[in-house]
Amino acid sequence: MALSYDQAVEKYEPTLGLEVHVELNTKSKMFCSCATEFGASPNTQTCPVCLGMPGALPVVNGKAIESSILIGLALNCSVAPFSRFARKNYFYPDMPKNFQTSQYDEPICVNGYLDVEIDTDEGIKQFRVEIERVHMEEDTGKSLHVGGATGRIHGADYSLLDYNRAGIPLVEIVTKIVGGTGKYAPQVARAYVTELRDILRSLGVSDVKMEQGSMRCDVNLSLAPASSGTLGTRSETKNVNSLRSVERAVIGEVIRQSNRLDAGERIVQETRHFLEESGQTRPGRSKEQAEDYRYFPEPDLVPVVPDSAWIEQLRATLPEKPSTRRKRLQQAWSVPDKEMAAMVNAELLDVVEETISLGAEPTRARSWWLGEVSRLANEREVAATSLITSAQIAEVINLISNGELTDKLARQVVEGVIAGEGTPREVIDKRGLKVVSDDSALMVAIEAAITAQPDTAERVRGGNIPAAGALIGAVMKATGGQADAAKVRELLLKHLGQG
Amino acid sequence: MAAISRDDVAHLAKLARIDMSDVELDHLAKEMDVILGAVARVQEVAGVDVPATSHPIPVNNVFREDVVKPSLTSQEALSGAPAQSEDRFKVPQILGEE
Repeated sequence: MALSYDQAVEKYEPTLGLEVHVELNTKSKMFCSCATEFGASPNTQTCPVCLGMPGALPVVNGKAIESSILIGLALNCSVAPFSRFARKNYFYPDMPKNFQTSQYDEPICVNGYLDVEIDTDEGIKQFRVEIERVHMEEDTGKSLHVGGATGRIHGADYSLLDYNRAGIPLVEIVTKIVGGTGKYAPQVARAYVTELRDILRSLGVSDVKMEQGSMRCDVNLSLAPASSGTLGTRSETKNVNSLRSVERAVIGEVIRQSNRLDAGERIVQETRHFLEESGQTRPGRSKEQAEDYRYFPEPDLVPVVPDSAWIEQLRATLPEKPSTRRKRLQQAWSVPDKEMAAMVNAELLDVVEETISLGAEPTRARSWWLGEVSRLANEREVAATSLITSAQIAEVINLISNGELTDKLARQVVEGVIAGEGTPREVIDKRGLKVVSDDSALMVAIEAAITAQPDTAERVRGGNIPAAGALIGAVMKATGGQADAAKVRELLLKHLGQG
Repeated sequence: MAAISRDDVAHLAKLARIDMSDVELDHLAKEMDVILGAVARVQEVAGVDVPATSHPIPVNNVFREDVVKPSLTSQEALSGAPAQSEDRFKVPQILGEE
């Protein structure tokens, strides 16, 4: 019988290691002045330096150094007083130079940490993920494998290379061994990558788009018998391209490795590829033969020696930490933990904050984004923020607040905006979605309701106020929901001598 | 003791994807050993008080502004390529990798 995840984590203790690569959003490349634009025509953003032409000399992009130091500082790292680039030699056509300029034993930042919170059986718990290093390198070119059925290298007839991406500044953030997570390893991995992404976004140093590859995650995982205090052999899973995939990759590897160990087989130290469809991994190249990069100091680049004044100047520009911001907003809006977590998970915090800053009432702003808009987004399987803007939702909410729209009408307005019928105002005009607030029109409907339900009206006259609900309902129905219920109630009670 | 063994040379040849015959390996191992021996003599001159360095002069922090300058056109970039297709460099089938 194959072990399930729950059985696996009872028998084995998982240990994690996470390597995150993030493309910096500088305008030019790391070592040359070529543009870094995503999606440009093939090989239109290259020059002798990033094509590795003989004699071409690289010069470091100062902005990339600043971004790297900022990342280190935000992750509580020490900035190395002396740091150098190194050549990582390998034979593969994704780098025309036949080496990647990287950092080896002298990275720019070391020894940091990031605290993440996860929801456990005992409530919210904090885990500290320690950071080993933050180092600078350059991205590689993009390969297209032609021939064969799968688009993979295996079976391809030849490969085509586009070097536009080669040389884009890349920062690699490597954790120390993350142990003691027990069964929460998948959640800790996801929470770490999420928090890291939020920090990088708040620093403004990267687009952090996992689906476009500007942020990529490798998941190292090993298992050891529970409470043995030992470390098992690890696998390294690549191609993990979403937050959800980070979690699934950990689960997939725990299940695979535990079943191998249970069957008395050994774990091979290797690179594996994450398969999006199944949540499983397949083997890639074997590490034992691949890791011979013959690093040596890059002779064409001089060392980076940041003085403390520069570091402190950068430290002073650090923005509010995302975790601090969440706590502040939660307090300001007095949101319960669960709702806050829902907003964070749905990535709606920014848009809700924007909506509120545009004058929308906070409770309504939250419930519209988390409720109606999220529902419509889920139906269409897109992000809520891609459907409608914070300004449009704020406008709708303000119309509700000043009585021009009911909730029901507002839902139709939002639907119309999403359907591309124009601004909220335009949708209201086109669809004729005005609240009926004209007293005389409402009185006609009220009279009709009373005539239709004379007994109910009599009970209200006799002091049974809650009975008015049935009459108000009838009026709302008669006006197609376009009446302001509070106004109807007021008029009705007055008419029946209870106002 | 030799500074570099025949196995080292064979390994380097493999990493560089250079196919070498046994005769070539024997020959190169000896030749490279002589070269490395000469370099080792230079190292003898440096005492413990001379730190290892990757640069002859102590220059640090040479940075450029993050400003985009024109790149080559794709035709220029590809002009030296042995083979090309669809504005991309065309390389033979990549073996032994995944």
